[in-house]
Amino acid sequence: MGSNMAEAHPVGFQWVMEAKERGARVLHIDPRFTRTSAHADVHVPLRAGTDIAFLGGVINHILTNALDFREYVVAYTNASFLVGEDYRDTEDLDGLFSGYDPETASYDSSTWQYETVEAGPDDHAGASAKERSASYQHGSGGPKVEGGSGRIAADPTLEHPRCVYQVLKRHYARYTPEAVARTCGVSEELFRAVCQTWTANSGRERTAALVYSVGWTQHTTGAQCIRAGAIIQLLLGNIGRPGGGVFALRGHASIQGSTDIPTLFNLLPGYLPMPTPEHGDLAEYVDSVRADQQKGFWRNADAYMISLLKEYWGEHATADNDYCFDYLPRITGDHGTYRTVMDMVDGKVFGYFLLGQNPAVGSAHGRLQRLGMANLDWLVVRDLTMIESASFWKDSPEVETGEIAPERCRTEVFFFPAASHVEKEGTFTQTQRMLQWREKAVEPKGDQRSELWFFYHLGRKLRQRLADSTDERDRPLLDLAWDYAVVGDEPQAQDVLRRINGVDLTTGRAVGGYTELKADGSTMAGCWIYSGVYADEVNQAARRKPGREQNLYATEWGWVWPMNRRVLYNRASADPAGRPWSERKALIWWDAERGEWIGDDVPDFERTKPPDYVPPEGAVGPEALRGDDPFIMQADGKGWLFAPKGLADGPLPTHYEPHESPVPNPLHGQRGNPTRKIYGRADNPSNPPLDHEVFPYVVTTARLTEHHTAGGMSRTVPHLAELQPELFVEVSPALARERGLENLGWAHVVTSRAAVEARVVVTDRMRPLRVDQREVHQIWLPYHWGSVGLVRGDSPNDLFGVVVDPNVFIQETKVATCDVRPGRRPRGPALLDYLAGYRRRAGIAEPTVLTTGPEAGLPHTEEDQP
Amino acid sequence: MTEHSLSGPLHDVAGEAGYEQHPPRVGFFTDTSVCIGCKACEVACKEWNDVPADGFDLLGMSLDNTGHLGANAWRHVAFVEQQRPAPQELGMPSFDRPGAATGPEARTDFRWLMASDVCKHCTHAGCLDVCPTGALFRTEFGTVVVQQDICNGCGYCVSGCPYGVIQRREGDGRAQKCTLCYDRLRVGEQPACAKACPTDSIQFGELDELRERAARRVEQLRERGEDRARLYGADPEDGVGGNGAFFLLLDEPEVYGLPPDPVVPTRDLPAMWRRAGVAAVAFAAAAVAAFLGGR
Repeated sequence: MGSNMAEAHPVGFQWVMEAKERGARVLHIDPRFTRTSAHADVHVPLRAGTDIAFLGGVINHILTNALDFREYVVAYTNASFLVGEDYRDTEDLDGLFSGYDPETASYDSSTWQYETVEAGPDDHAGASAKERSASYQHGSGGPKVEGGSGRIAADPTLEHPRCVYQVLKRHYARYTPEAVARTCGVSEELFRAVCQTWTANSGRERTAALVYSVGWTQHTTGAQCIRAGAIIQLLLGNIGRPGGGVFALRGHASIQGSTDIPTLFNLLPGYLPMPTPEHGDLAEYVDSVRADQQKGFWRNADAYMISLLKEYWGEHATADNDYCFDYLPRITGDHGTYRTVMDMVDGKVFGYFLLGQNPAVGSAHGRLQRLGMANLDWLVVRDLTMIESASFWKDSPEVETGEIAPERCRTEVFFFPAASHVEKEGTFTQTQRMLQWREKAVEPKGDQRSELWFFYHLGRKLRQRLADSTDERDRPLLDLAWDYAVVGDEPQAQDVLRRINGVDLTTGRAVGGYTELKADGSTMAGCWIYSGVYADEVNQAARRKPGREQNLYATEWGWVWPMNRRVLYNRASADPAGRPWSERKALIWWDAERGEWIGDDVPDFERTKPPDYVPPEGAVGPEALRGDDPFIMQADGKGWLFAPKGLADGPLPTHYEPHESPVPNPLHGQRGNPTRKIYGRADNPSNPPLDHEVFPYVVTTARLTEHHTAGGMSRTVPHLAELQPELFVEVSPALARERGLENLGWAHVVTSRAAVEARVVVTDRMRPLRVDQREVHQIWLPYHWGSVGLVRGDSPNDLFGVVVDPNVFIQETKVATCDVRPGRRPRGPALLDYLAGYRRRAGIAEPTVLTTGPEAGLPHTEEDQP
Repeated sequence: MTEHSLSGPLHDVAGEAGYEQHPPRVGFFTDTSVCIGCKACEVACKEWNDVPADGFDLLGMSLDNTGHLGANAWRHVAFVEQQRPAPQELGMPSFDRPGAATGPEARTDFRWLMASDVCKHCTHAGCLDVCPTGALFRTEFGTVVVQQDICNGCGYCVSGCPYGVIQRREGDGRAQKCTLCYDRLRVGEQPACAKACPTDSIQFGELDELRERAARRVEQLRERGEDRARLYGADPEDGVGGNGAFFLLLDEPEVYGLPPDPVVPTRDLPAMWRRAGVAAVAFAAAAVAAFLGGR
């Protein structure tokens, strides 16, 4: 769902084809008929942005017909836990949960807690938590639950009206097949066929896997889309078992790596949150990250954090100075990429590093991106080829409209040629959390250098410059343990990997895994979840034992975090007594004679903890995990159907319409996600909802196999550029007739932000959907083009505004409303007038969105005369 | 022993061409039922064989911007958008244009076929048969290759190919087509396209084995209800004596832009010569008669 795996991940798709040959059925649920649909057994087209309505329908189908894997659900999920009496559901509040504050457009989550768990101060931190995208900070451990290690009130019969199971049942009762059809534009018959296939292929003997990509994430409800998928997979017993799971296909090589060891403003390596000014010292920080009275390995977050500080500051980090905790910067709010760009426009940001990223083409609201970068003092761009984000000052669309004058643009751009992946060594961390070591195949040419080289020497030179400084603020830089092994002038990636793995400072040996990390300063580790990748002083990521010489799980190929476990939470592949649920789906099991868990995968469980283990009274952390608590990172050891905290927009996924949508919410009074971040500013206008006149159509964007993201690596290569030489827009024959569009003729797509011209491709693959008695036309464009390269064109990401998911600040670029007209767009300053005319007709001078808040809700004013 | 035929089955093409010791005949089995249209074959081919890019033209033919095989496209992935044939086809023409009706009630299942086309390396290769310079030759692997240093650009091969595969490169004039990566074969590697194909849609191997594998695959697909699945170019009895590169198609060859019943033009050569001989004898007789009659 929300994935075009065959086109965006063709190499991975070979395994889907292989599974299909072995009898797997492939269902493709996506607005577009793609190369993936071509090979699916069933393609289900749905209206862009209605995935939760569809998934909610599946949940309702499962619960109404009692098709859940009951033994699994009772034992391994929080289905039986009782939710507090003060909790109010969207059913009670017409689309809102209890705790909503319209002033800040955020939730106080204290009423979502389990009955026997006290809400903590962080439950009341709705607005500030939202501003720092706090949900993202629970990436590896889940949110803390004080009391998670104690007894949580539960009803194993699942009949108590306040148990999670019943709450779930009520919440999704209105997601009937009829409601799904009305919301998504999917026929009831087709919807039922999906439900039947999915449930029939789950249970003891069978499992089903769920694959998603950015078709799910790039929405104002992105995180909840994934939650909805996870709820289904938990209900059907498809988590922690072979052939099951929820698979996030990442956008390109090592994007998983860049979240694990993040390039994000609010995270430290291993999903440790970035401290805030409220954290006076390390102890306060640790207390805010994990609860004292909770289960699982996240309870040991202090060991992970102190080991990280030891890796950063080495011998300077001691117990006496709180391991240099105060050297870490503090985040005071939203410093995400889009906020930063707006701050550039507003003159608050002076310099910017762009590494392997081309926001002028690849990010939402390209005009805003380019205007922001045109208002910097300096900009460093490191890329393989000249890209639009380095050349915007002389060839962007804004130069044509007169908004950027090359001779007056103040930004000094430093362009550095980068070494490609074959010109340097290091690891990729792929979608399946697998680290694979790459050798250097050829020497980089000319001035091309690796990122490692760039940052190592940048740090070295900065430290040299400051060597004599007595200023306190320079201490963090000067005290860094910047002593990586260097050969020639190239820092050694193996050494970096070894320090990421972690070292026992008393013996000087690489640690074997994160369980060996200590909170007393005797270990260091650059990323605790990667601990074990250099176990036994061996680069485990470089292992290449062929699959044919191993079992199906190929545990000796590369290395997978955590601890080389291939299937996460695989304790759930066995029943509570430790026996495989079925012979067919055996993965790991308890061997009573040997007194340990054995099987085909590395157990994601304490190896010698028996299935009938019951923790002693008062136990916390790993010790508090029962022998049948498979979810060893969660504070209560269970899979969360209901999330009592941690999400900015509610404990259960709820269908909200996209920010820009042509129809009202067919399911609830609340139209859009009430907590979405809108960034209401004059230069970030929104198309009004329910507008059938000015912006009547739905637009979505996507990728083609032939190009790579923003095009820097493909529009510059003749053999790729020729395969998709020009921007096109795909429309249905019906829409082509309605708007007078001709195949291969020109058309332009218009939103309140931009007009983008493209050649027309009329195809039966696009078809109108009937939604709530209305016919909804959808169009799509590939987003790869820009103003440089062998093949050039307008950038479809210019069409989108910046509106983001409140949990993770991912922008809604998979759906907006638009107009489409035959012919090319106006050029030069006439384009600005043309867009202003559209905004005037759409009434965008008035506030267009009801949700308000100091950040989110500024009226969407648009001055026609600047 | 050689057969010296111009058509029909040929058991040993390389032997026929004069190789006494030679490896088994190799070729491609392109199983289009698993082609995902990624075009990796096109790119790998161009990279390995140094085939230049062929202009940046949007063709509007589904996602295909290559168009057809030619001097600068030795692999070509076709994309075919079609309504799924009804289970019991009555052969009645539809009066509605596709997509003319809207709404769920009007929806018909739709199918999108993808297929990577390539030179067929025919058993009886028209291009080779008509080449006057010997630039085209049969390799020891039974494949057909142009020697660039010998080709004089006469273009006879272009009209000699029943599939429209071979073409002269503009500006250069010499004939170009797939070599089945002759250079790679000689060092024991498989052709670049087969190596790059992520789903094994392009399978390289010994022809006899590929034909057996393909026959099993067709059977399997038919059992699954793909009742139009068929092999194309696998039959040694066809007009070119069977192809070295053959295909599994899910519909009629015309759907993919392939000729339904290709015939090597030189098949009719003996008959033509016979007729020409008869005509020549007749003319001669008439001439003799004229002289004799004139006396």
